[in-house]
Amino acid sequence: MSTAKDTLLSVDRLTVRFDASPPLLKRLLTGAGRRTVHAVEEVDFEVARGSTFALVGESGCGKSTIARTIAGIQPPTGGSVSFMGVDIAGFRTRHAAMPYRRNLQMIFQDPYASLNPRWRVGRIVAEPILTHRLMTSGAVLRARVAELLETVGLSPADARKFPHQFSGGQRQRISIARALASNPAFIVCDEPTSALDVSVQAQILNLMKRLQRELGLTYLLISHNLAVVAHMAEAMGVMYLGRLVEQGDAAQIITRPLHPYTRALLDTVPDPRAANRARARLSGEVPSPLAPPSGCAFHPRCPLANERCTRERPRPVRVDAVEVACHAVEEGRLPALPHQNECRSTGDAA
Amino acid sequence: MTALLSVRNLRVEIAARHRVLTAIDDVSFDITEGEILGVVGESGAGKSVTGTAVLGLLERPAYQASGQILFGGRRIDALGEDAMRTLRGKEIAAVFQDPLTSLDPLMTIGDQLVETMQTHLDLSHAEALARAERLLAEVGIPAPRERLQSYPHEMSGGMRQRVVLALAFCCEPRLIIADEPTTALDVSIQAQILDLLRRMCRERGTAVMLVTHDMGVIAEATDRVAVMYAGRLVEIGPTESLIAAAAHPYTRGLMASIPDMHRREAELTQIPGSMPRPDAPVPGCAFHPRCPQALARCTTERPATFARGASQVACWLAARSAA
Repeated sequence: MSTAKDTLLSVDRLTVRFDASPPLLKRLLTGAGRRTVHAVEEVDFEVARGSTFALVGESGCGKSTIARTIAGIQPPTGGSVSFMGVDIAGFRTRHAAMPYRRNLQMIFQDPYASLNPRWRVGRIVAEPILTHRLMTSGAVLRARVAELLETVGLSPADARKFPHQFSGGQRQRISIARALASNPAFIVCDEPTSALDVSVQAQILNLMKRLQRELGLTYLLISHNLAVVAHMAEAMGVMYLGRLVEQGDAAQIITRPLHPYTRALLDTVPDPRAANRARARLSGEVPSPLAPPSGCAFHPRCPLANERCTRERPRPVRVDAVEVACHAVEEGRLPALPHQNECRSTGDAA
Repeated sequence: MTALLSVRNLRVEIAARHRVLTAIDDVSFDITEGEILGVVGESGAGKSVTGTAVLGLLERPAYQASGQILFGGRRIDALGEDAMRTLRGKEIAAVFQDPLTSLDPLMTIGDQLVETMQTHLDLSHAEALARAERLLAEVGIPAPRERLQSYPHEMSGGMRQRVVLALAFCCEPRLIIADEPTTALDVSIQAQILDLLRRMCRERGTAVMLVTHDMGVIAEATDRVAVMYAGRLVEIGPTESLIAAAAHPYTRGLMASIPDMHRREAELTQIPGSMPRPDAPVPGCAFHPRCPQALARCTTERPATFARGASQVACWLAARSAA
């Protein structure tokens, strides 16, 4: 997908594989071969500056592996990730990677696990500033920490407290303050609200949107919650078994999904505003990434699969503002949507 | 219809070091035969504690301070441990969030099913085994006969939760307490498990108390829903009407804070603040510090329960509009 917009992050044919072979001795004794987990296979996407790109998919589809690769935690097996025009796999030293890391921060799912319980909040938030040597004077640093805490809706006095004194939502605010500390351009948000209650989730999502507006942030949002994605993202990619099956304009994908997997995923989301709608269920489970099916990886669960799908991997084709990898779409075999996912007027009083 | 389960003025307290905290504060509700009642609320609202109390599994420092729990017209909260154990598993079964913790990792699936059935029912080993196989087939496990020999770790999360359902249903209980049964699962698997639970309950006339934080799950699977907040029941009523027109400001706020997939708003409606913790209880209505419509009396006087259509609402606003 290429756009005229200013591209901040570009992922090109990214592949990540993990060696899951049994130990050498066991392989020699039993004659077992090597086994490889195909976590991410040839994924391409671009994220425009100031926008939100969401990756959705079920557990094990590779979305968190992509996030970790972009964050520089997981080296890619193949392909490249370029950030502000620089290939991140090319860094030879930690020192060379520093400007990149200052500009890229991460928010994790579990605010109980991602904050050091023995550190005071002030130290947690100040850590990126100190690591990147952005400020050295104590007074300036304390003022910056106080400002960051106020930005995320906490009080400067909270810097003296420990993480256990805060609720889940407040802890996620601390994570966000820490992520903002080094003035990054890009934040990878890996399931930022999955561990939170819905009313707190709304607070955090609103905060993230306000910060994006005010600071011009770019987000990569990893989520399995399609309603959250529909609320936050301009563009999205749907992953299945390590591959992007559909990507592009989020509004089009949500209202007019093309790939049978995207359609099924949208159909299975329990929606309190449309509980008794007619819908298709996905049967079966996601196959093992140790042995992905031949051809299109979705074919064993796909209602539209034919012989070609079992044999040949579909290539992405463009339909309006999205790219979709599906033979049924390419051949025009795709049935019209059984129900129109159009805007409904809802009766919720606010 | 008669009430299968009747919870009357239940109060659960937790003995802390210097004081007593209230986890459940005067909660009453009924579940009729074959009905699926959803219990929804945020973490710490007391929904799981309510389920635990019904199962008689409250553990110190939590204890039932007052109130009654009646099952089939008989008080069960004062039963001895032996009598309760006979009831639990046979008449009242439980399904928990994490299937790995509710299955014994060292026993085969078949042995666990057979053991449960032989504990509660008068069946021979062969009869129990045959029934186990039929159950596994019914919950949608492929090759059930071979799977009887499997251990839990050999199955996926969705398959394990199917086994847990088979275990819950194996003694034909009249009530199932399902505590977040699909929360640990992916959405496509979650839909399969909910469908299965609903279908099996409908066929057998089993009643369910479905505890969840997910309004979507409530909308999909339940007949009636009880909304809990800070240990109290704030609203209970038929699922459809409650979702379409919630009466309590908390329920309305909860519904509005769920992002709508098909209507993108600039900002989500949010409930300011957070739920009071049991160690800092709020006088009057527990929701009043966050309530956009709080009245003067809400700060001092605990709201009584009023009928609003088919629902019951604990809110002073409902009193005003009813009068």
